[in-house]
Amino acid sequence: MELFIKQVITGIQVGSVYALVALGYTMVYGIVKLINFAHGDFIMVGGYMAVFSIPLLMNAGLPAWLCILAAVAVCTIIGIATEKIAYKPLRGAPSLSVLITAIAMSLFLENLALILFSSSPRPVNNIFNMPPVTIGNIQFSGVTVITIVFSVIIMIGLQIFIKSTRMGKAMRAVSEDGQAAILMGISTNRTISLTFAIGSGLAGVAAVMYCSAYPQVQPYMGSMLGLKAFIAAVLGGIGNIPGAMLGGIIIGLVESMTKGYISTQLADAVVFGILILVLLVKPTGILGKNVGEKV
Amino acid sequence: MLKVTNLNVSYGAIHAIHNVSLEVHQGEIVSLIGANGAGKTTILHTITGLKKATSGEVFLEGTNLLTTDPAKIVTLGMAHVPEGRRIFSQMTVKENLEIGAFIRGDNEQIAQDIEQVYSHFPRLKERYKQAAGTLSGGEQQMLAIGRAMMSKPQIMLMDEPSMGLSPLLVKEIFHIIQELNHNGMTILLVEQNAKMALSIANRAYVLETGNVVMEGNAQDMLADDKVKKAYLGL
Repeated sequence: MELFIKQVITGIQVGSVYALVALGYTMVYGIVKLINFAHGDFIMVGGYMAVFSIPLLMNAGLPAWLCILAAVAVCTIIGIATEKIAYKPLRGAPSLSVLITAIAMSLFLENLALILFSSSPRPVNNIFNMPPVTIGNIQFSGVTVITIVFSVIIMIGLQIFIKSTRMGKAMRAVSEDGQAAILMGISTNRTISLTFAIGSGLAGVAAVMYCSAYPQVQPYMGSMLGLKAFIAAVLGGIGNIPGAMLGGIIIGLVESMTKGYISTQLADAVVFGILILVLLVKPTGILGKNVGEKV
Repeated sequence: MLKVTNLNVSYGAIHAIHNVSLEVHQGEIVSLIGANGAGKTTILHTITGLKKATSGEVFLEGTNLLTTDPAKIVTLGMAHVPEGRRIFSQMTVKENLEIGAFIRGDNEQIAQDIEQVYSHFPRLKERYKQAAGTLSGGEQQMLAIGRAMMSKPQIMLMDEPSMGLSPLLVKEIFHIIQELNHNGMTILLVEQNAKMALSIANRAYVLETGNVVMEGNAQDMLADDKVKKAYLGL
């Protein structure tokens, strides 16, 4: 029982990180129908930001967790820049060209990091100084609690933003029908930039959460993490925001349970198996649905 | 108010609109009729910037629309009710109306205007919380018109508002168009239902394969033998 609860909590923790990353995939897909394969690498960028900003913060006598601001800021800038430089010129191009560009962007960021920071992993200093939390006779690390709580707050905030603010509604309008949105006076370019900004900002948050649990950064760290988050987005229903959150948590749980009860080595295989299963059985994902439209 | 001069539009190698000129004056209902594929929708799309023109001019009260950012056009007082309604089907009825007022910042006034739309279309009020995609065709058309009203336009472009509706609903929609016009709205109406379109219009243009082949007083056109034969099925 104890093992079970521990695995569940760990699963939710990892799942929250996947969910934050999956949100970036799904929001961007919802608006521009593009799988931004460079999104996983934004996490790597965020990770390096944490590595470099923590010593500076500590020298200035500031708490290390403020590195989240640096990670979010730089990820947001990288996200907007990627869209403007790589994707915007291809608007209206065949989706295969855009897909290839996205993969190229991912390789570019990874190799740029390789040149700049070398391939050797860099350790990340302790980000959150939190005492462990004990419930009953089970102990959780402070990082676990922070990650889960923080992710939940962000997801609720995002949901409120999308549901009830003017720009949130504009985003939904663009994602449903870009041309009709233009007729309402909504600038698609501005909306797309905003979407990339939010998505990559979330990747920055995810980066810090991830690094606080696995304190090591290297140029390829984003590719596996990104792939799993992508699977989470597909599982929940790509383009669907609550779906990304749900998918992330499910993938985290499945991975953690496989690690706890079956085998650590099989965990990735099971996660990728889910992707195949979803594509076979319900390609629209759990919450994705083909909305029947009356004519 | 709206002046289109020598407009040419192409889809790749296909020259869809040939030197079309038309004018809509303040307070008028002008109908643009013609068969399927004549280019009616293309003209409306070009006016609101969804489609690029190859040459020609489109002026709204002295502003050149062809060089205006398409998303800015609605701020000049022109709303477009697109063909096939194009409502946001996964958003609620109320959200659709709110997004119609996207360019405005006056929240209290917006709330009042939503109530006003509801008073025109009571059925939208009954369903304000429902996803717009679940509405019937007629209700969706009402929502599309209501959404366009929310930007407080002086001129409305309407593309096939009768499409796919029962004769009874068509009557209702046309009644609404007239009512809007009585309240001061200028309207450019694109329709395949030529008889209805001519019966409420002041003036009309007949479009055939991208050319204006006839223009004039709508009542005269209703009586014209050529129009009767070609478009009214009489």
